[in-house]
Amino acid sequence: MATKGTVTGIVSNLVTVKVDGPVGENELCHINLGGTLLLAEVIKVTGDLASVQVFESTRGLKNGDEVTFLGRMLEASLGPGLLSGVYDGLQNDLTTMTGVFLKRGEYTDPLDHSKLWDFKPIASVGDKVVAADWLGEVMEGWLPHKIMVPFSFSGEYTVRSIAPEGSYNIDQTIAVLADAEGEEHKVTMCQKWPVKVAVRGYREKPRPSKIMETGVRIIDTFNPIAEGGTGFIPGPFGCGKTVLQHAIAKQGEADLVVMAACGERANEVVEIFTEYPELIDPHTGRKLMERTVIICNTSNMPVAAREASVYTAMTICEYYRAMGYRCLLLADSTSRWAQALREMSNRMEELPGQDAFPVDLSAIISNFYARAGQVVLNNGETGAVTFIGTVSPAGGNLKEPVTESTKKAARCFYALEQNRADQKRYPAVNPVESYSKYLEYPEIQRTLESTVERGWIDKVLEAKVLVRRGKEMADQINILGDDGVPMSYHEAFWKSELIDFGFLQQDAFDAIDSVCPMERQKYMLDLILDICRREFNFEDYEKCRSYFKEMINILRQMNYSEFKSEGFENYLASLTKLLSENGN
Amino acid sequence: MATKAYQRTYTKLQAITKATVSLNATGVANDELALVGGRLAQVVKTKGERVTMQVFSGTEGIPTNAEVSFFGEPPTLKVSDQLSGRFFNAYGKPIDGGPEVEGELREAGGPSVNPYKRRQPSELIPTGIAGIDLNNTLVSGQKIPFFADPDQPYNQVMADVAMRADVDKIILGGMGLSNDDYLFFRQAFESAGALDRIVSFVNTTEEPPVERLLIPDMALTAAEYFAVDKNEKVLVLLTDMTLYADALSIVSNRMDQIPSKDSMPGSLYSDLAKIYEKAVQLPDGGSITIIAVTTLNDGDITHAIPDNTGYITEGQIFLRADSDSGCVIVDPFRSLSRLKQLVQGKKTREDHSQVMNAGVRLYADAQNAKTKLQNGFDLSDYDLRCLDYAKDYAKQLLSIDVNISIEEMLDTAWRLFAKYFSPAETGIKQSLIDKYW
Repeated sequence: MATKGTVTGIVSNLVTVKVDGPVGENELCHINLGGTLLLAEVIKVTGDLASVQVFESTRGLKNGDEVTFLGRMLEASLGPGLLSGVYDGLQNDLTTMTGVFLKRGEYTDPLDHSKLWDFKPIASVGDKVVAADWLGEVMEGWLPHKIMVPFSFSGEYTVRSIAPEGSYNIDQTIAVLADAEGEEHKVTMCQKWPVKVAVRGYREKPRPSKIMETGVRIIDTFNPIAEGGTGFIPGPFGCGKTVLQHAIAKQGEADLVVMAACGERANEVVEIFTEYPELIDPHTGRKLMERTVIICNTSNMPVAAREASVYTAMTICEYYRAMGYRCLLLADSTSRWAQALREMSNRMEELPGQDAFPVDLSAIISNFYARAGQVVLNNGETGAVTFIGTVSPAGGNLKEPVTESTKKAARCFYALEQNRADQKRYPAVNPVESYSKYLEYPEIQRTLESTVERGWIDKVLEAKVLVRRGKEMADQINILGDDGVPMSYHEAFWKSELIDFGFLQQDAFDAIDSVCPMERQKYMLDLILDICRREFNFEDYEKCRSYFKEMINILRQMNYSEFKSEGFENYLASLTKLLSENGN
Repeated sequence: MATKAYQRTYTKLQAITKATVSLNATGVANDELALVGGRLAQVVKTKGERVTMQVFSGTEGIPTNAEVSFFGEPPTLKVSDQLSGRFFNAYGKPIDGGPEVEGELREAGGPSVNPYKRRQPSELIPTGIAGIDLNNTLVSGQKIPFFADPDQPYNQVMADVAMRADVDKIILGGMGLSNDDYLFFRQAFESAGALDRIVSFVNTTEEPPVERLLIPDMALTAAEYFAVDKNEKVLVLLTDMTLYADALSIVSNRMDQIPSKDSMPGSLYSDLAKIYEKAVQLPDGGSITIIAVTTLNDGDITHAIPDNTGYITEGQIFLRADSDSGCVIVDPFRSLSRLKQLVQGKKTREDHSQVMNAGVRLYADAQNAKTKLQNGFDLSDYDLRCLDYAKDYAKQLLSIDVNISIEEMLDTAWRLFAKYFSPAETGIKQSLIDKYW
C-alpha cells in the first residue's frame, strides 16, 4: 500500500509532510489541494517528517492536506515522438495544454499514445540482448528511431518473440524477452527512466576525438569543442550569451539538439518556436525544428521544476545517444539551476556554503557534466552528447561559486567580456582568457591535422600568440603613449586588431557572416596570418593605423560576401593591391 | 474587505517582529490574507500550528492580544473598465476620492502564461528619444528597466516615453514614490489629456515599505485584465523596483532567512522574474510591456538588485550625465534592448542596425581617445575627429531631450559620419554606403 502523509508546514514551495510509512529520497508524491494534485519531490527525511519541494505554486495549501507517495522518482518518458517537442521541466507537453495560462496540477503526456508507428524488427528470436540493445526501429520523421531493450533491464535476456513489420502504437508489445530465470518480460516502444540517474548501456566512453563544428570562428578555430565534449559560457548580462548559444544551436554539427531553457526569459524560447520551423539546418537542409527538442522552464515557472529541467533534457540526449546519434545539449542557464538549489537549501535552513549556495554545489555540477561524452555502444556504433551550459555570474564576477565549480567540470571555457561587448566586438569571447582543453588532446590534434590541414594546430597557436602579444603592446602603448613606444609595438598591436576584426569578430545577424564553414575559416586564417607575417616598417603610427584600418575594412567586407563570389574576389584583389603598394 | 462570519478569530500573538507576527492557528492556507489588529497581513509560513504572517503596514503598536481574522483567500483585485483613470493604493482602494470599483474579483499574482501560447514580440514602440529608438529600440511585449542613479530624471523620461507610446492603457505601479513624484505623474497624465487610459497603483514614501510588495501584483493583475480580456496593448510602468527589492529583504530578514549577496533574499531572482515575466505578447493581439526603474548606487550595476534584474529583463536603458555635452544621455555602451533586432531593419529602414553599430563603435573610439588625452598623450588626427564626433553624437542623438522620428535619427547619423570620417572608417557594408553616404 502506498505511503500516505499530511502537510504540517509550508514555506513557499517547501512543504513538510508527516508520513505513515516508508518514503525514499527523491520519491515523488501528490499533495491534494482541494482536488488538484500538486506534484512534489522528497528532498530530505527526518524521522517521520519528509521535506518535499513542490513543482507548483503552494498558494492555498493548508496544514492537514493529504499527501500520497507514488513509489517512484521523477521519470522521463522515452519513445518515438519526442523530436520537435516542446516540454516543461517535468516533461509535460506544453503544446497540448489548454488555455493561455498554465493551470496548476495540469499534467500532459509527453508522448502520443494513439499515434501508430511503422515498426521494423532488428533483433531476431533467440538473440541474446542486454539493456539498450536495439530490437527494432521506426521512422520518427527523418530519424530512424531505435526501439531498445529498456535501460532498466539488468543482466542478459533472450528474445522470445518479436513483432513483425507493421503499425503499432507505443503501448503495444513489440517484443517479449526472457531473463536468466526464464521469466518473460513484455517490451513496448515506450520506456521510463529516472532523470537524475545517468543512462548506462554502452560498452565504453572513449576520449573525444573529433571537433563539433559550429560555424563560429572564435570557437572552431581558436577554442574548438569536441563531439561529446563539455564547455561553458560565463558572462555578465548583455554580453551576448544567448545570441552565441543560439548560434551554436542553429549551426552546431549534431543530429539532434536539445535546448533547456532553464530559468530564463520566455521570449527567448518564443524566438525558437517562431524561427526554428522556418530556419534551415545548414548540414542537412531540413528545417531546424525537425532536429530540436525544447525543454522550457522559464524564470517565472516553478523553481523546483527548473532544477528538474536540466536533468530531463540530459536524459533525452542520453536516450538518443544510445541509438547512435550525436546530440547537442544546451542549457541556459546553469546558474538559475544552482539558484533553485540555493532557494531550497535556504528554506530547509541548511548551513550555507559560499554565497549561500549549498555546500555540495560543486559535486552536483561536476556529476551533471560527467553525463556528457562520446560512447561506443554494445553493437560498436558510436553516439555522443556534447554539453554546453551558460553561467550567469552575479555582477559579472567570475570568482563566484557557480563559475568556479563549472570551471572544474567543463573542458572548454568561453569567457564573455563586458569590455568587448561595450565595444560591440561580438562574439564578446575574450580570445586570451578563453581556452579549449581539446586543442591539447592528441586525438583531436590528429583529426584536425587530417581534416583541415597538416600544421593547422601550429597556425592556431601562432594566431593566439599574435593576439596575446597585441594585447600586451596595447597595454604598453596605453602606459607610455603613442610616441613613447617603438613602431614595432604599433605594428604588433594592429596585427592583433587585424585578427580580431577580420577573424574573431563575426556578425551573428548577417545571413552570410553568421555561418563560417571550416574551409572558409582556414582560408581566412591563412590570409590573415600571411599579412601578419610580413614586416611593414611604417614611417609613423598614424600611417600604420590607417593602413591597417583599410585592411580591416576589406576583410570585414569579405566576411559579409558569399565565399569566393565575384564580390569576394574583388575585395581580395583590392587587399592584394593594398599590400603590394606598401612594397611588400 | 469584510471578514466572513464563520471564520474564527484569534487574540494571542506568539511573536512579533517589525514586519511579521506569528500565532497558533489551524486551517490556514498558504498565501491567504488576514487582518491583524485591523491591518492587512499575508501568510508566508506555517509550521505545525504556528503561522507566520507579513504585516504590510508594519507592526508598530500591535499588541500580543491583537485580534486576528483570516480571509480564506489570497490578495485580489476587482477588475472592470471602471479602473480607467483611477488612482489606488497598494490594496486596490481608491485614493482619488472616487467610488469603489465594481467588477470581477481576480486573484493577484496568479499563474503564468504558457510559453508555447506566447507570440514573438514584433511591434515597435517609438519614443522619439534616439538613445532608445536608434540604439535600443523597444518592442511591445518587452520588459526593460531604466538603470539610473537617484539624481537622474528617470521618472520624467519614463513619463515622456509613456505619453509618446502608442498604447491603449498605461498602468503605473509606484513603489516608494515621493509625494512630489506622485503629483508629477498625476499632473503629467492630466495635462496630456490621457487620464482616461491610465490606471495607477501608488505607494508613497509616507506609507509603510512592506505594502510595496503588493503593488506589482495589483498593477499586473489590472494589466492582464486589459491585455487578456480586452486584447489591448498595455504599458506598465514600475518605479522604483529597487525599493520593492528592499522591502523583500526586510521580510526575509525578519523571517530569519539566510541572506545571499548584498543581504538580499536567495529567491530575489525568482521573485523579480515572476513580476517581469508578466510582460507578454498574446496570441489575440493584446500585449503587456513593462518599463521599470531600478535605481543604482553610484552607477554600480554589480549590486544584486540591478544584476538580477539585468539577467531577467530584455535589456536595460542606462541613463547618465555626460560632462562633454552637458546633457543627460542614454549610455550607448551600458544600454541594450535585446529585442531590437526583431524590429530593426524590419519595421525600420534597412540601414538601421549597421548605422547603430557604426555610431556606437566610433563613440567607443572617442572614449579611448579621451583616455589618451586624460593620460597626457598626443592625439592623432583620427582621435581628434572622434572627439568632435562624440560631442555632436551625444548632443544630437544620445541626449534624452531629443524627440525626432527614426528616419531623422538615421539621417543625422549619416550626416555625422560624413562630417568626420571616411566611409572605410565606419566599417559599414558597401551596399549601404553606396546608397546613403
